[in-house]
Amino acid sequence: MSARGSSVVVVGGGVTGLSAAWWLARAGHDVTVIDKFVVGWEASGRNGGGATHYQSPLFHEEQRLWPMMDELLGYPTEYRRERIIINLTEEQQARYRRMAAVTRAQGYESTELGAKELRELVPIASEHAIGAQHFHFGGHANPQRTVQAYAWALQDLGGRIVQHAPVTGFATQGGAVREVHTARGSFGCDAVVIAAGPQTGALVAQLGVDLPLAPARAEMIVTEPLPLMKIGGVDGNGLYGRQTLRGNLAYGGGPHEWLDETDTAQMARPATPLLRNLAARLAEMFPKAAQARVIRSWAGIVENTPDGRPVIDRLADPGNVVVATMSGVGFGLSPASGHAISDLVLDGRCSFTDISKLGLARFAGLPRDWRAACGWVAMAEAA
Amino acid sequence: MNDRFAIGGKLSKPREHAQLLVVGAGAAGVAAAIEGAQAGLSVVLVDENPVSAGLMGLDVPLFYGQRMTAAVQEEGRMVERLVASSPALEAAYDAGVDVRLGVTVWGAFVNGPAVRALPGRVAGLADADTSWLCGFDALILATGARDLVLGFAGVDTPGVMGVRALDALLSRYDAFSGRRIVFLGSGNLAATAALRAIERGIEVAALVEVLPEPQAAPALMDALAAHGVRVLTSHVILRAEAAGGDVAAAIVAPLQDTGAAERLACDTICLAIGVSPAIELADVAGCKLVARGADGGPVARAVGPAGTSIAGVFMAGDCAGVIDPAADMSVAEASGRDAAHAAMAWLAGESAAETPASAGAAAGDAYVYRMAWMRALVESGGMSAPVCLCEEVSRADLLGVQPPRYLGCESRQMASRSAETLLQDGPLNPDQIKRLTRAGMGPCQGRRCRDQVALLLAMASNGSPQDVPLASHRAPVRPLPLRVLAADDESVEMRDLWDVWFGIPTQWIPYDDIGTEREAEILSAHGGGNMHL
Repeated sequence: MSARGSSVVVVGGGVTGLSAAWWLARAGHDVTVIDKFVVGWEASGRNGGGATHYQSPLFHEEQRLWPMMDELLGYPTEYRRERIIINLTEEQQARYRRMAAVTRAQGYESTELGAKELRELVPIASEHAIGAQHFHFGGHANPQRTVQAYAWALQDLGGRIVQHAPVTGFATQGGAVREVHTARGSFGCDAVVIAAGPQTGALVAQLGVDLPLAPARAEMIVTEPLPLMKIGGVDGNGLYGRQTLRGNLAYGGGPHEWLDETDTAQMARPATPLLRNLAARLAEMFPKAAQARVIRSWAGIVENTPDGRPVIDRLADPGNVVVATMSGVGFGLSPASGHAISDLVLDGRCSFTDISKLGLARFAGLPRDWRAACGWVAMAEAA
Repeated sequence: MNDRFAIGGKLSKPREHAQLLVVGAGAAGVAAAIEGAQAGLSVVLVDENPVSAGLMGLDVPLFYGQRMTAAVQEEGRMVERLVASSPALEAAYDAGVDVRLGVTVWGAFVNGPAVRALPGRVAGLADADTSWLCGFDALILATGARDLVLGFAGVDTPGVMGVRALDALLSRYDAFSGRRIVFLGSGNLAATAALRAIERGIEVAALVEVLPEPQAAPALMDALAAHGVRVLTSHVILRAEAAGGDVAAAIVAPLQDTGAAERLACDTICLAIGVSPAIELADVAGCKLVARGADGGPVARAVGPAGTSIAGVFMAGDCAGVIDPAADMSVAEASGRDAAHAAMAWLAGESAAETPASAGAAAGDAYVYRMAWMRALVESGGMSAPVCLCEEVSRADLLGVQPPRYLGCESRQMASRSAETLLQDGPLNPDQIKRLTRAGMGPCQGRRCRDQVALLLAMASNGSPQDVPLASHRAPVRPLPLRVLAADDESVEMRDLWDVWFGIPTQWIPYDDIGTEREAEILSAHGGGNMHL
């Protein structure tokens, strides 16, 4: 380890990288997190805050950890348990009944609410709602507060955060990365975690590794505060989101725009008039809140793998590198993904669950033009 | 193969199209619109005035401080007053400009890096009932300037207001409820506003100035002196005194001896320290912004007299760099005509001059003056004074980067954090501070605190406010009800091919089922089914 470095360098100060760094620091390791700008600036701080990922092998760990995160981190995350998904149509009802069945099979309780029961819990819900699924697990946190909480908790354990330091390359020797080069100098390391969101593909490409990723833009809106509902984690009607603890309705959903990798390098995260369609869906679900004023919209850029599932894997060569992308669904799973990544760095395997299906090997032999084959291509520059 | 859940082709098409869209029907905007129409362009001129009484109550877009009379609720009268107070509007109608009053432009969208899905160049418009898109070839933003609000104890008392709001209520709408005003500031901005108030029979109790000398031009100071208006230099406001929930006096004191406070009876305290260019739409459109003290704040002017970093988007009037408030109306009109000529040249395919024009603009460096005020207010008023009125964030909360009180956070670690500890990680960024403290996150959309946050962050980092990154503006740039924004022109594709999140069929297969027969079954039965996040 060189004078300016640490045992582990984490590239990417989003929730996934920060959580991994925090877990490593908790295990007594010396960690430096390097970010191209400010921690949590990208999708980690711009998402809906959901924490209900029943499809993931990290689901149980996600559910186990969230109720403890404020205490473990020492900073508020605004986590609240439970969520309600409103069904306006029979198709939606069938879909969320399946979700209830899948989660019940994993040992998580839920209740189906009738229209009347729904309106007692969610007074602004539409008269046309046929009911809802009430999940007594999962929930939401505040992404912006949480990402800073990880960063601060890491610093409290002696970890370092280097911002405004885009990574420019790696020095490898003997099958391992020995230094991470950045715009603010080089950092020596014994191990590296690369969890840089949409930039992850280009970074591991510098190590000769092919990680298929496609970036895309997604958008959200937020209203002025309304009186607090009993359960803030209410969504549905094609929207994800929550009522914040301040009372704002913060919701996203709907179509995404596939982008080129070069689009992710610039700072601007432009939103579009899609906010009108989001407003329409929200007013349809919550007609009694239709007078609530929309005060902001924003966009974030997420990356997706070809099957939409995460990659959490330790590379064969260089062998001291763990690569992680959560494929657009990273915030809620972050307490657990950080744990898994930390395990891979320290032991080469995840200690608490099987994540073998999240390896890079599944993409071996993927055709070069896989994005075109999926239709995940950036639109042509308009005239 | 196509991704049917992607955005391509789904956004609503513009309901109408203008060759030249002008936003803001002040002197600059009207002049620009007339110039364009006379050259044969189809011109739409949009102005949000008269804004609703409800928005005025939220201090949007100006800091009205609840000093409106009930007259602002009579929409018809407000329109009449607006037209009567803007004689040039009639010339615009005569020139064939399509004038829309009471219409808000809440966003401007141009395809560029990271967005190519727009149905051309569009602006988001809304009236009281509905929203729609208006396509444009060229866009001139003549959105004026907004009030600069600096905090002190009682700044949230009804009767504390901004100078542009005073101007709107007094001169445009004849709907100002105050009788006696104390002005903060003594520059041309404060002096001209005070003289206009006097003209309209309003008493001016005093001008309060933190600097040792009055800042306005000598002729203006002489005119004020002729009316017997006091100018208290080297003074600062300590607090607004309230009676019955309304301003009853400004308590002011010499900077060197805040114990020797003086009570200036008044019903209105008018912040006239500065105004900032209203660049919300330029920011939303993606124009590059440059903070310049001589312009009174960040501006988008980048090419020639009116051009921005986005071809076909132009700025005119105060929003291109605040014009000396003592200047004749002709300066703003000339700026509007310059923008129209630049827009016409661009439409004709001519390339613009490369160098930005020198600042128009208010004399001196506005940031230096604002920092002098901010320092005086902090030194005399301490850390408990409000910064963000919507979210009740004090100076101490802001610089302590503390979470809102309703979280009831009792963490020892949290209490040890501050702007000072954040500074160790890199330059302070107002958007990051906003996320942590909620300053600027409320319904007024940061109008009443963003300038002040920048000044306080500059103080905390011993830097210049010019170097503090600009807090972002996001659409809608006016708070608009869900029911108004809601698209009633949604495309069938948008409606039918809407998914919660990407609609990748394999994303939501339970982990244990991956690679099993069950996976194939789920995929064939439900198309994978994007369930939820």
